[in-house]
Amino acid sequence: MKKLNIKNMKKSTKSNFITYAMVILVFAVVQFMVSGGMMSSLMQGLLVPLCTYSIVAVGLNLCVGYLGELSLGHAGFMCVGAFSSAFFTKYMVPSGMNETLRFLLAIVIGTLVAAAFGYLIGIPVLRLRGDYLAIVTLAFGEIIKNVINVMYVGRDSAGLHLSFKDKASLNLGEDGEMIVDGAKGITGTPHQSTFLIGVIILLISLVVVFHLVNSRSGRAIMAIRDNRIAAESVGINITKYKLMAFSISAAIAGAGGVLYAHNLSTLIALPANFGYNMSIMILVFVVLGGIGSFRGSIIAAVVLTMLPEVLRGLADYRMLIYAIVLIIMMLFNWAPKAIEWRQRFSLKRLFHKNTEEVQ
Amino acid sequence: MAMLEVKNLGISFGGLRAVDGFEVQIEKGQLYGLIGPNGAGKTTIFNLLTGVYKPDEGLIRLDGEEITGKSTIDINKAGIARTFQNIRLFKDQSVLDNVKIGLHNHYKYSTMTGILRLPKYRKMEKEMDERARELLKVFELEEKENYLSSNLPYGEQRKLEIARALATEPKLLLLDEPAAGMNPNETKELMDTIRFVRDKFDMTVLLIEHDMKLVSGICEELTVLNFGQVLAQGETSQVLNNPEVIKAYLGE
Repeated sequence: MKKLNIKNMKKSTKSNFITYAMVILVFAVVQFMVSGGMMSSLMQGLLVPLCTYSIVAVGLNLCVGYLGELSLGHAGFMCVGAFSSAFFTKYMVPSGMNETLRFLLAIVIGTLVAAAFGYLIGIPVLRLRGDYLAIVTLAFGEIIKNVINVMYVGRDSAGLHLSFKDKASLNLGEDGEMIVDGAKGITGTPHQSTFLIGVIILLISLVVVFHLVNSRSGRAIMAIRDNRIAAESVGINITKYKLMAFSISAAIAGAGGVLYAHNLSTLIALPANFGYNMSIMILVFVVLGGIGSFRGSIIAAVVLTMLPEVLRGLADYRMLIYAIVLIIMMLFNWAPKAIEWRQRFSLKRLFHKNTEEVQ
Repeated sequence: MAMLEVKNLGISFGGLRAVDGFEVQIEKGQLYGLIGPNGAGKTTIFNLLTGVYKPDEGLIRLDGEEITGKSTIDINKAGIARTFQNIRLFKDQSVLDNVKIGLHNHYKYSTMTGILRLPKYRKMEKEMDERARELLKVFELEEKENYLSSNLPYGEQRKLEIARALATEPKLLLLDEPAAGMNPNETKELMDTIRFVRDKFDMTVLLIEHDMKLVSGICEELTVLNFGQVLAQGETSQVLNNPEVIKAYLGE
């Protein structure tokens, strides 16, 4: 008979610490390799995107694994976080504000704006369930991207000007400066995302989700996932907790977006970075890493992002191998033998010889 | 004053009159039975009482407070808890967590407190654990608090559902076919548990049941439904000997 280990709380806490330790260990190893010159500049360029994808995957896993709703619009929330924070940074650059403070504020703003969008979009969307919800979130994600593509914001001595038509209709004065230039996006955002900041945001996201799912609110969220009618019958406010989980999930995706935006000098909302391709890629990380497992999401995000780069030497065959790896992971990740193997070689077993039999 | 007072309750689904002119009065501390053939409208009445359906007409009063047409959540807060005919546990969560979810509205702390793990979080979680374990002990489930609820045997899943309902601190407990699928031994044990719950928690219980042994064994009063209408009402032994009731149940 399957059994959650004795002292359930302690076990989950231990598992959380393994995840934190894993992230910190990888960070230390990478830092060591970078300082020792053992890492190509190509790989170094991948570090921040890796953090970004891991963060967004953790956010989406909260939505898919714990709220139990399949969202295909998380690239949209990432986009909101990216553009709102880049806008803030660009706007504040001339004011000569302290750079670190400015970046911290940008992170907060990107996260909060994404949370607000998650809340607003959640109100209509969370009335739906299953496939319908997935399709509507997909649509919202695309709408966000397309609206940003026709948004023009400029600034002159008279203040901010906004238009959804074209650049000319902004009527900027002579001293005018474009901040958001429609399909050309935001250019000239300072490069402030570093691997260190990425890892810190990732760790904060992990703390938030781990603590959330082990709290009263987290239990309510999972109760709604497991049985809506029973959750209502014990007095749980379904709408409130669904919206809460969805906005926190969006906020984390937004934080990933901030990191993404401050890693590029030109931020453009393209189908490749904020379209449904991205949403689906993140979903692939979540599904292959294991729905409900935050650690798995991070591992999958890292492995699947690194893979095409590692295989670059194989030229034309690399996408073929990528596809095969995807299929193999999908087939064998949850195979009984694989689960058994993981348990036999799990960290817990290595460190505690006398742990009782699981299963 | 009666704990539950229902007057002229009715609901239609399209052309079907599912419940018509239902009336009942249950005193505090009573064990009350609701019986009737399949499709008589018993579960519909439970759904009306708990706000899953809104009645077309009628009045429901709990402990003097009118709750007609309120939402499920508000009705739960007002003091009605229920179990389901087909068990509805939170199957991917532990036995202990199932009960803790039932405590949701009685041990409160904010989401932020939870995320930041403020001292209040630890204090409330500890109190919740203690309270939940107390309830599990009543149902002899304390040894299994870390099992996944879906891995419990059937009889214990039923018990856990009752424990979860009791965690919401109701004034009235609705049990929808608690003995369904149980063997005679389990049923006997369940009868003892229901009586024990009534005495220990000073609870009023309304239950739907097909098992006549259980009904005649523990219910003090009965209402018999047939085609959405009350066929007979009153003391258990009298009602069960009523020729109309025998006819509805056994045919002519």
